Amino acid sequence: MTDITYVRPSLVEARPAPRSTTGVLAWLQKNLFATPTDAVLTLFGALFLLWAVPPLVNFVFINAVGINGTVEECRVETAGACWAYVWSEMEFFIYGFYDMSELWRPNIVFALGAALLIPLLIPKVPFKRTNALLLLIVFPVISYYLLAGGVFGLKPMPTEKWGGLLVTLIISAVGIIVSFPLGIILALGRQSKMPVIKMLCIGFIELVRAVPLITILFMASIMLPLFMPQGTTVDKLLRALVGVTLFSAAYVAEIVRGGLQAIPRGQYEAAASLGLSYWKQMYFIILPQALKHVIPGIVNNAIALFKDTSLVYIVGMKDLLEAVKTKNDTALEWQSGNTATTGYLFAAAVFWMFCFSMSRYSMFMERRLNTGYKR
Amino acid sequence: MSQVSETIVEREIDTSHMQVSKTEVAIDVINMHKWYGDFHVLRDINLRVMKGERIVIAGPSGSGKSTLIRCINRLEEHQEGQIIVNGTELTADLKRIDEVRREVGMVFQHFNLFPHLTILQNLTLAPIWVRGIPKAEAEATAMHYLERVKIPEQANKFPGQLSGGQQQRVAIARSLCMQPRIMLFDEPTSALDPEMVKEVLEVMISLAEEGMTMICVTHEMGFARQVANRVIFMDQGQIIEQNEPEEFFSNPQHERTKLFLSQILH
Repeated sequence: MTDITYVRPSLVEARPAPRSTTGVLAWLQKNLFATPTDAVLTLFGALFLLWAVPPLVNFVFINAVGINGTVEECRVETAGACWAYVWSEMEFFIYGFYDMSELWRPNIVFALGAALLIPLLIPKVPFKRTNALLLLIVFPVISYYLLAGGVFGLKPMPTEKWGGLLVTLIISAVGIIVSFPLGIILALGRQSKMPVIKMLCIGFIELVRAVPLITILFMASIMLPLFMPQGTTVDKLLRALVGVTLFSAAYVAEIVRGGLQAIPRGQYEAAASLGLSYWKQMYFIILPQALKHVIPGIVNNAIALFKDTSLVYIVGMKDLLEAVKTKNDTALEWQSGNTATTGYLFAAAVFWMFCFSMSRYSMFMERRLNTGYKR
Repeated sequence: MSQVSETIVEREIDTSHMQVSKTEVAIDVINMHKWYGDFHVLRDINLRVMKGERIVIAGPSGSGKSTLIRCINRLEEHQEGQIIVNGTELTADLKRIDEVRREVGMVFQHFNLFPHLTILQNLTLAPIWVRGIPKAEAEATAMHYLERVKIPEQANKFPGQLSGGQQQRVAIARSLCMQPRIMLFDEPTSALDPEMVKEVLEVMISLAEEGMTMICVTHEMGFARQVANRVIFMDQGQIIEQNEPEEFFSNPQHERTKLFLSQILH
């Protein structure tokens, strides 16, 4: 007869995990060579890196002509990237046709922007509210007058002369920032119980999403003036800004809608039962949770928009990529086998740096905002 | 039917403050009907709740119990008849709805705490932004109620860090912070482990002892016996029977009530 009664005499103490689950060897075993297939894939991966990385390093660094090099060095058969070219044309890549003597103006804008943006991004720095107000309201006004001039004795600088990274940053920053609240309002409108508001929002979102950005830019720059009264002109940059912002707003709206739908109905009901009005429910309860869910989507959209700004070349604006392309094609004194490649490599590196920063920062924010405990 | 148990809180109930007013009406539901699309979910509901009453609504699932109390703070809309809460009739008028919601607290089956806010923020949000109470004062009130539900030490944690029973006690405290005149409970213990049911019932009993007007949809028949002054039995969207708990349990009249009680009480 088996004994079915049992009483544990003493509780078992916790002890460290067995050796085979920790340490470098265990890590290798688990992550790289767990199965024969894994081992083969690891091997192929290693071979691919060996094949691809050294030539790239050679081209970009070892055989490259440094920023103080000459065009003759760039024209040598074995030379790598021609950084001297990028360096000598840097001002055009960053500012476009902006007057050389006035470059201090965009420089102040860059410096001011960085000085306001960086503390805003670091959670520990105080005065977030003031900081945000300065960055979102005061800074754009100052920047506009500084860049455009025509006041306080500043030389007027039409937007046709703006270009390069300056234009890329202006369009993407304005597009990303302004489309965010617009998108939220569109998303809320789409969920509204009021039929007219709902229809307007759905109509706008579906129309804009169904059309390529290029078409919207074309419409804004070529079609729009046809409908305007004779003699009135709207600045080309402004038209591009409006087009890009509205385009992005439609996408943000759909991303935010996804987040809103992830919020359980109980949250709305609890907020309502406490007597919170619709806007307070949204502001305090629903949006903070919904937006947290959609940070990856929002940042994805921001990154896509940042890169899409290069499409403004279609309406004749010289953003960073177009500025590089222009010089690649026209800077005859720098002609060599690798000049164009180096130019594009530079543009790619700049785009990558901004996009990667956005991506990393969003991951940091996600971790920080995650209270870690879903109900 | 989920979790029918006879949890009895073993202590004497202090009835000295449990007085039902003879003249003051808290809630008046008159000939009320509600439909979900074509489905007639509430039919001819007549219910007058006097100030200080402790009402338990029982009945099988789908009988309209929750829908009824959700109509009382307009989380659901009724289509016919009247609902008058503290003298304010509920209509589509948002002002009236807000007025009623300020005076009526609600506790949900799934707590519905705000997961992105700390316990203290959960408790102070509505007092600050709906009642306009200064933050310091709202926090003091919140701590007072957290002490009443016996978890002041959790004030700075997030809801997800608390057990179900603790979360439900926070949810009750959150409603109380608005100093409501009426409390609605929508199956407050149905989502809890048996061990935690008791701690929540304790809090509800102490509320009743202070004379709070409450309507509880619950399967806790022990609570109904101990605390309620009236038990209402619903089926198919209608009030089938109501009586004092003693009579209701020992001498049910309607066949449906008898069947229901025979199934849940062993």
